[in-house]
Amino acid sequence: MIAATSDPFVPLRYRVARVTHESADTTTLDLVPAEGTPPVFRAGQFNMLYAFGIGEAAISMSGDPDDRNRIVHTVRNVGAVSSALSKLEPGCTVGLRGPFGTVWPVESASGRDVVIIAGGLGLAPLRPAIYHVLSRRGQFGRVIILVGMRNPGDILFRHELEQWRSRLDVELEVTVDHADASWHGNVGVVPALIARMGFDAASAIAMVCGPEIMMRFSVNALADAGVALDRIHVSMERNMKCAIGLCGHCQFGPHFVCKDGPVMRFDQIARIFATREI
Amino acid sequence: METIEDTLRQHSFFTGLDAELGKTVSGCARNRRFDAGLYLFREGEPADEFFVIKHGAVALEIAAPGQAPMVFAKLGAGEIVGASWLVPPYRWTFDARAVEPTRTIGIDAKCLRGKSEADNHLGYELLKRFIPVLVKRLQETRLQMLDVYGKSDK
Repeated sequence: MIAATSDPFVPLRYRVARVTHESADTTTLDLVPAEGTPPVFRAGQFNMLYAFGIGEAAISMSGDPDDRNRIVHTVRNVGAVSSALSKLEPGCTVGLRGPFGTVWPVESASGRDVVIIAGGLGLAPLRPAIYHVLSRRGQFGRVIILVGMRNPGDILFRHELEQWRSRLDVELEVTVDHADASWHGNVGVVPALIARMGFDAASAIAMVCGPEIMMRFSVNALADAGVALDRIHVSMERNMKCAIGLCGHCQFGPHFVCKDGPVMRFDQIARIFATREI
Repeated sequence: METIEDTLRQHSFFTGLDAELGKTVSGCARNRRFDAGLYLFREGEPADEFFVIKHGAVALEIAAPGQAPMVFAKLGAGEIVGASWLVPPYRWTFDARAVEPTRTIGIDAKCLRGKSEADNHLGYELLKRFIPVLVKRLQETRLQMLDVYGKSDK
């Protein structure tokens, strides 16, 4: 899928409409175009956000694909560009190219159990898929959302997680790697939750996003539970520059993550996923 | 009324255990109930009883001086609490606290060790069940230690 702009290398100006500080190092930006309406995007896609004078970074959409008024991104402050983006305030301007990349298989998941597994900031690229599924809840079987975080203080989108968990038609579990005694939820790694959920492994579709190690363990646990690799989708992260499959910075074996990903069907990348130094 | 032997036979941990061996194990077992906040055992105490959780949740904690105890795992129904009873010097290396009213079957470890020494087949069947639990928890602990959700040092 290519960019909606006529020239994919030219960023459009967007105004920061709202800033939400999710945690000490994670910020959500609501962006509205300086002119016109935002392009339509689908769950799983990303934009190149340009912090003027600093540089560009690929950031997945974290908002509702059905919201035609704004584009939402959640950024963790880990480098020069993301640091600059994290410091933006309402009214600031940012450059945006996109949307780019492949999408979560929310269409083919229709009629099936949906298992969404997020680790840390990986919840942000999955949130559009969750919005999509929940706004069309009747089209799916069981909806299972498993979230792993470092500790209770790092839980992303806590308010929404609590709302989703309170629904009777969603099974949502949050686990943290460690906690103090005041935390009454799960403690342990997110792949350990998979075996307990008892979904229909013969037909379920799984969507996994998080650090690559967490995805590796999660894929193994899904496979152990009986989910075929062609029904497991992961979102890969590589250093993306051009975002349209020209420059090669994000090469992942025979794939370019910007063009063939970031969402990839696991059976198609299983071999290179297990290869070191790729 | 369901006997302890019935409960153990239905528990996933003992799936496939020969009926005679099940009877032997249940001879070392008793029902144990813990209110929320009560400790099943504390670090340093003799590991002379381990627990099969029937209902409830148990936090495994490590205490450090001057800090609140850190919870590193939470176990629920169908899981086993404690393996230090298998390994000399048979002492617990962490605390186990019920985080909600928790019903368990407590199994007398000394009793079971004695029966396993006398009947190595029983000991082998128990180890076949404990080793996967230990390996799984070791792998999960490795993943926790990697702190994968933390900021990259790069």
